[in-house]
Amino acid sequence: MRPSVPFDPPRRFGRGGRLSAVTAVAVVAVLAGACSSSKPAKHASSPGSTPPASSSSAPASGSSSASGIPARGSADLVIWADGQRAPVLQKLAETFGQENGVKVDVQTISTDQQSAYVTATTAGKGPDIVVGATDWIGNLVQNGTIAPVPLSAEQLKAFQPIAAKAVTYNGSVYGVPYATENLALFRNTAVAPTAPTTFEQLVSQGQAAIRAKKAQAALAVQTGQTGDVYHMEPFYTSGGGYLFGAKSNGDYNPSDIGVGKPGSIAAAKLLAKYGEKGSNVFRRSIDADNSISLFTSGKTPFLVSGPWALDTVKKAHVKYALSPVPGFAGQQPARGFVSVQAFFVSAKAKNAALAQEFASNYATQPSVEKALFELEPRPPALTAVYDEVAKTDTDVQGFYAAGKNAQVLPQIPAMASIWDALGKAEAAIVGGANPTTTITAAGKQIKKSIGS
Amino acid sequence: MSTAEVTSERGRASWLKGRLVPGLIVKIVLLAIAVGLVTYAVPKLVDQHAWVGLGATIAATAVLVWIYTGRRNIPLKYLAPGTLLLIAFQLYPVLYTISTAVTNYGDGHLLSKSQAISTIEAASVTEVPGSARYQLSVATKGNPDSAPFVYFLTAPDGKVYQGTTSGLAAVTGDVQKSPSGKVIGVPGWHILNALQVNHRSADLAKFDVPAGANGFVKNVGISEAYVGRTAVTYDRATDTLTDSRTRLTYHSKDGYFVATDGSGRRFDTGWKVNVGLANFREVFDNADIRGPLVRIFFWTVAFALLTVATTFALGLALAITLDHPQLRGRRLYRSLLLLPYALPAFISLLVWQSMYNKDFGLINHLLHAKIDWLGNAWTARLAILLANLWLGFPYMFLICTGVLQSIPAELRDAARVDGASALQAFRSVTLPLLMISVMPLLIASFAFNFNNYNAIKLLTNGGPFPSNNSTAGDTDILISYTFRIAFGAQGAQYGLAATISIAIFVLIAVISYLGFRNTRRLEEIYR
Repeated sequence: MRPSVPFDPPRRFGRGGRLSAVTAVAVVAVLAGACSSSKPAKHASSPGSTPPASSSSAPASGSSSASGIPARGSADLVIWADGQRAPVLQKLAETFGQENGVKVDVQTISTDQQSAYVTATTAGKGPDIVVGATDWIGNLVQNGTIAPVPLSAEQLKAFQPIAAKAVTYNGSVYGVPYATENLALFRNTAVAPTAPTTFEQLVSQGQAAIRAKKAQAALAVQTGQTGDVYHMEPFYTSGGGYLFGAKSNGDYNPSDIGVGKPGSIAAAKLLAKYGEKGSNVFRRSIDADNSISLFTSGKTPFLVSGPWALDTVKKAHVKYALSPVPGFAGQQPARGFVSVQAFFVSAKAKNAALAQEFASNYATQPSVEKALFELEPRPPALTAVYDEVAKTDTDVQGFYAAGKNAQVLPQIPAMASIWDALGKAEAAIVGGANPTTTITAAGKQIKKSIGS
Repeated sequence: MSTAEVTSERGRASWLKGRLVPGLIVKIVLLAIAVGLVTYAVPKLVDQHAWVGLGATIAATAVLVWIYTGRRNIPLKYLAPGTLLLIAFQLYPVLYTISTAVTNYGDGHLLSKSQAISTIEAASVTEVPGSARYQLSVATKGNPDSAPFVYFLTAPDGKVYQGTTSGLAAVTGDVQKSPSGKVIGVPGWHILNALQVNHRSADLAKFDVPAGANGFVKNVGISEAYVGRTAVTYDRATDTLTDSRTRLTYHSKDGYFVATDGSGRRFDTGWKVNVGLANFREVFDNADIRGPLVRIFFWTVAFALLTVATTFALGLALAITLDHPQLRGRRLYRSLLLLPYALPAFISLLVWQSMYNKDFGLINHLLHAKIDWLGNAWTARLAILLANLWLGFPYMFLICTGVLQSIPAELRDAARVDGASALQAFRSVTLPLLMISVMPLLIASFAFNFNNYNAIKLLTNGGPFPSNNSTAGDTDILISYTFRIAFGAQGAQYGLAATISIAIFVLIAVISYLGFRNTRRLEEIYR
């Protein structure tokens, strides 16, 4: 299962051509032309139009312009969400619709939500509200696709501070948070009864399990061939690295890049020490596709993952417990990211009044966030609701404890340069590349791509 | 001219006329559909203010109607459809690509300048600290969809105000309120319901009720209002933005508003500007882009050639084996061999990717090996070719089987009678005949694999990457490399992407030209 993590650079791929008005015209003109004449045969036989498919007849990638975007239909309020959340939201949206006498439609966008949203909104075909992670904010703002949500000071105060911070960008509030997500250490309590407080303890417990033939890997942290900055972040920060320095107002400062600085080199050396040429705890063979299943099938006693893994882990009937991801002994604390799921109001919403009403006066209600939690258990962003559900839900408590040290996932557009370059550098270091030169080169590359 | 000829001519004319009646109907229907489509498109285009498109559509339709009504313009009747398609599918994309290549169009530069200004201004509205929140009702005296409206605002202390574009005024008369205090009835006014308020969204966005110093009352959705203040204002005369919070002035530079104090601060929201040849300079000057291009080009050619060669060799070998008439269960074997072709390629590719996993993959498990298939440049290349072989051979097998069946057995028999061995007969009779039919397909297959983005993306994503370069991987082909530069690290950069595709187009055009020249020489030899 793929977590619905928003920070995956490949998700930004696939921005097909925008269906501009001019293209539409050209198409109409051609249709008119084609209709009023005998069919020209030349297109049927040209190699371009019929892929010979020597090696794959995969989806025709050229025609993906606006095809992934659902039609707006006749609804009074259109909301976009990913496949996991859409059915949940549909139920709440219906309640909102009944209260206000309007028709609400929740549409599923299964892949590339962010780029699909930007493309559609720029072309005037977007939804009124989109549900996404707060690290989208920088890109959505620079493209002028979302509008600030005028939450009152009291409304904002009701949210967990980190959730409120995550939706605030350049001094404006751009979304209504409803759930927080951060990494925690899942451990198989049958194999590892006590929670490790340092990474070294974790490794020795894990390696003992391997020696006892109870496991094949000490730990599952998804890395893959191209790296995974999000899942590596606790270890990178514990080793001394940071991504961006902070401005005086608490926002991330894109001109203070931590990659390539001495702290990041120290972190890289630790990654190498526990990498494939070292004690083989971090491995490129563990990736987004197999990390959770390695844990559920008992091949590893430890897994670093987020709330999206809960469902799979529970279904596998593994006895598990959650604890904070441990840092290296005697080093910095391990600080992973907190990403926050939020409702964003489109800057080009056709139903701006209803969209704003839904986001600022409906989605902020504790009863609504409670209902959302009951349908899909992720730690709620409203403090009151969180306190209420944490009393009974140990998973929520576990993730909360694990997220105490966490930092807000940066919203600044410059973050896009980090995912790719730092991820690949970390993967290379885990695979045995020289940590110092590799991380320094990545730092240079990031600086160059942000500098423009 | 003899009489007989004249008569026959006339006879033919009347015969033609008889034939033409259904044709005429078809023609009328098709023209009607064309005109209908345009009639359908026109309001939409007007809506989007797409005047150029509107002109082009109407002109194209007018030309079509003119060409196909009446007996003139016979050559045009044949040329028009092809020409229109050429313009729409070849010329227009090319021109559009070139016009995009000279702009900075991409993330951060998607809007026009005026859109960017209004976005920045709207984003700078903040609530006046300590101001009240009102409960809002929108009311009108006329048609709810179009008549001017006013706000009825209930302050936290229960007082009701009427808000208009000239300001707030206390309402003293008799007002009906809901338990929470929201105004639900005022004599002479019609209170709009949620749906009606929503229909006025565009008007509400422009409706500001002045309140206090620089402040204005603005709606939050349909039931609430707050007092806001715009911090950033645009001055048309000087083309600058002024931020009242920081007292900074911003002037426009390279599609951004940049602070004049030299701090380099700027607003995130930019707009599309013409950058001239900057993108071309980037492609040719930037060593990170240009450097790996040659290496990637050679691997692209090698990848496409080797894929075609291996799939064709295996497909042909299997086709010949199964072509033997005495073989039992030929149909069954053939169906089984086609299975990889029946599976969606992207699923197969993902399965292959997991089979290549070093620690948990099937291949290493079967081999009892610890080969880091996708972590090493050469093994990754081999892995891609192997997976592509699996995906591609059924197609070649299918084609070769078909062609082999169409080659008359007599030819081979004749060769055997003349004393040729089976191998000789195959090499000198079957293979040349086969190649004539198959060659165009091999070329098409080569062209397809030259741009086989899926295989690379899903198997290795271009990797493994050298430890000092995250943009050019060891298995990248041109298309995956371009894609990463254009859409990878910095979000979408359509301008740069267009430039690179022009560069690749030129590269491929040159190669094709050389290729065609050689083919022509070959044809002359065959003649």
